[in-house]
Amino acid sequence: MPMYSLILRSASHFLLPLLLLFSIFLLLRGHNEPGGGFIGGLVASAAIALYLFSMDVKAARQVLHIDPRELLGWGLTLAVLSGVPAVFWHQPFFTAQWLTLELPALGEVKLSTVLLFDIGVYMVVIGSVLTVLLALADADDARH
Amino acid sequence: MRPEVALPILIPLLAGALSLAFWRSRAMQRGIGVVGTGVMMLSAWVLLYTTWQEGYLVMHMGNWPAPFGIVLVADLLSAIMVVLAGITGFATAIYSLATLGKRHEHFGYYPLMHLLLAGVNGAFLTGDIFNLYVWFEVMLVASFALLILGGERAQMEGAIKYVTLNLVSSALFLSAIGLLYGLIGTLNMADLADKIAQLEDPGMVKVVAMLFLVAFGIKAAAFPFFFWLPASYHTPQVAVSALFAGLLTKVGVYALFRVFTLIFSLEDPFTQNVLLWMAGLTMLTGVLGAAAQYEFRRILSFHIISQIGYMILGLALFTPLALIGGVFYIMHHIIVKANLFFISGLIYRLKGSYELRELGGVYRSHPWLALLFLIPALSLAGLPPLSGFFAKFILIRAGIEAQAWWLVGVALLVGLLTLYSMVKIWSEVFWKAAPPSAGKTPEPRTRNDALLYLSIGGLALLTVLIGLGAQPVFVLAEQAAAQLLDPRGYIEAVLGGEA
Amino acid sequence: MAFVVGGLYAAAIYMILRRSIVKLVIGLVLLSNAANLLIFTLADMSRGAPPLVPLGALQPAGAVADPLAQALILTAIVIGFGVLAFAVVLIHRAYEVVGVDDMDKMKDTDT
Repeated sequence: MPMYSLILRSASHFLLPLLLLFSIFLLLRGHNEPGGGFIGGLVASAAIALYLFSMDVKAARQVLHIDPRELLGWGLTLAVLSGVPAVFWHQPFFTAQWLTLELPALGEVKLSTVLLFDIGVYMVVIGSVLTVLLALADADDARH
Repeated sequence: MRPEVALPILIPLLAGALSLAFWRSRAMQRGIGVVGTGVMMLSAWVLLYTTWQEGYLVMHMGNWPAPFGIVLVADLLSAIMVVLAGITGFATAIYSLATLGKRHEHFGYYPLMHLLLAGVNGAFLTGDIFNLYVWFEVMLVASFALLILGGERAQMEGAIKYVTLNLVSSALFLSAIGLLYGLIGTLNMADLADKIAQLEDPGMVKVVAMLFLVAFGIKAAAFPFFFWLPASYHTPQVAVSALFAGLLTKVGVYALFRVFTLIFSLEDPFTQNVLLWMAGLTMLTGVLGAAAQYEFRRILSFHIISQIGYMILGLALFTPLALIGGVFYIMHHIIVKANLFFISGLIYRLKGSYELRELGGVYRSHPWLALLFLIPALSLAGLPPLSGFFAKFILIRAGIEAQAWWLVGVALLVGLLTLYSMVKIWSEVFWKAAPPSAGKTPEPRTRNDALLYLSIGGLALLTVLIGLGAQPVFVLAEQAAAQLLDPRGYIEAVLGGEA
Repeated sequence: MAFVVGGLYAAAIYMILRRSIVKLVIGLVLLSNAANLLIFTLADMSRGAPPLVPLGALQPAGAVADPLAQALILTAIVIGFGVLAFAVVLIHRAYEVVGVDDMDKMKDTDT
């Protein structure tokens, strides 16, 4: 990729972890306030896309560690599976199940299948957006 | 709470997701393909058994009560359709193990196939009309991608026509849903059926009904909206063609059956007449188109259209016997048609061509294959004692009882012409001596051929079984038709009796 | 609103009937938007409070907007977007493979 900018490159090194953290924050606060898996996933993929623009395709793939298509697949699996536990309580699929934990430091923490679903969505969004972006970037590289 | 209802949708979704997750491992994807479709087929049989035992199965997704949440409903018709989808999916998965090249598998064939099956099953099982639209789109997106798998010129051209027509149909469907929601203010099909009777504006209802008719007519490839089908169905990989031929148009037919028995009444003579004309002309144009063709898969594609005509005829006559015939016909047709496409693919492997003129001598070299071809072919034409005979017999008898003489005449004529084109294939491909310049050199025989014979033989066996054991199948279709004719049961099952 | 919807449908059908595939896709975009707008118009979209139930209550306070129509349109937009993205890629690939932008020349698969 012909673009090279020192400022962008240095900035993206700092921005990448920040944006990823922010995306997880968005993911976790999603249920009762604006946010959630979809938006969090978009922010996370934007972070990696920024990295892709400032570095190159290879570096972006390395940051990701895993093929985005596999991420997509696992995310989808998780999202579908999150509907299943309801059956064990003799309720229809996708009925939300809540588990409230009292943790000493954090106070009351609610875990739910909705959260699992949201994490699945988060992974699906990252996976699909990056599959498309990386494919486009590869095609662009091949042309140069 | 009935988990059975959701399983046929969840299993292929899960299988598709897993085969995406194991993107890099071909063996894994193949394994998931066979196991996933196999388990789905089993769950479909369980569903059929429980609906047979207990009647309607209803599940409110996420525990939201109807008519506010999305419901999944299985009556006998949906259960039968899901079983057929399971059988076709399983046979296709086995068949594609042997026929698909590495390139196609790498493009994501297996995830797409599972997604397609999930969409098809979802469309069969949903009890919500907007959800039906969503499942249609799931199915379509998967089918678009499957259609261009391989990326040859003909596939691109076929795909453009297919995509355009289907998008137009989806837009019409969506508009019709919008109109219906504006009129009635609900999207649950049972609730719609309940409230539409109280509407004082029959003209508007008729408009909406016609919009649905056009939208589903395009999907089902009924006259006069069938042009996309012969232009695209013969282009993709054979396994894909077979899956499409078996299932996709039938989802349109199923939607017609569902909407026009449940929501819109066919007692209105105008609607019924439109459907009757559609049925007759669909049969006729399809079979005439097939008679003019000399390419194996194109003949089969045109025959899909004429067969769709028979199914719509069953719906349009709207007598108990006719509906039984329609349901019976769907059961018989899906299995037979997928099998014929499988056989065309096998012959292509053996002889390297789909053109009838370039083929020949298969009977001499592969007599068993010839026999296996004869079973679905003659069944399609409706010779006793195969499954097609009973399907056609019931329909024609219903036509006579309804005194729709010209339709009976058309149906008989079309049966005759179907026999003609099947005999044409038989004599050209199997009987006549192989032409000297017999296309490409045949591919070397591999052990994979056993898999092809397995799926073809299995489906042929089913055809014979439906024919010989017609009585239980008839009873099943009878029950399904009885449920269709009495929508009260459906409405009460969904809305919980207080409706 | 009704006139806008009608105009969109008319424009969409005109575009679909053109011979160029690019215009065909534009027509499809317009058609799906027309359908969305039709739902929007017919469902009597109105200003209203978000349909949220306050904590502890069983009914939302006061009149609320109908959330279903918005959900329908949102779903339809997302689906339409995905399908159209596919269609655009398809015509791009088709153009590369076939080399023409003219429906009349794409008749290899016709009979």
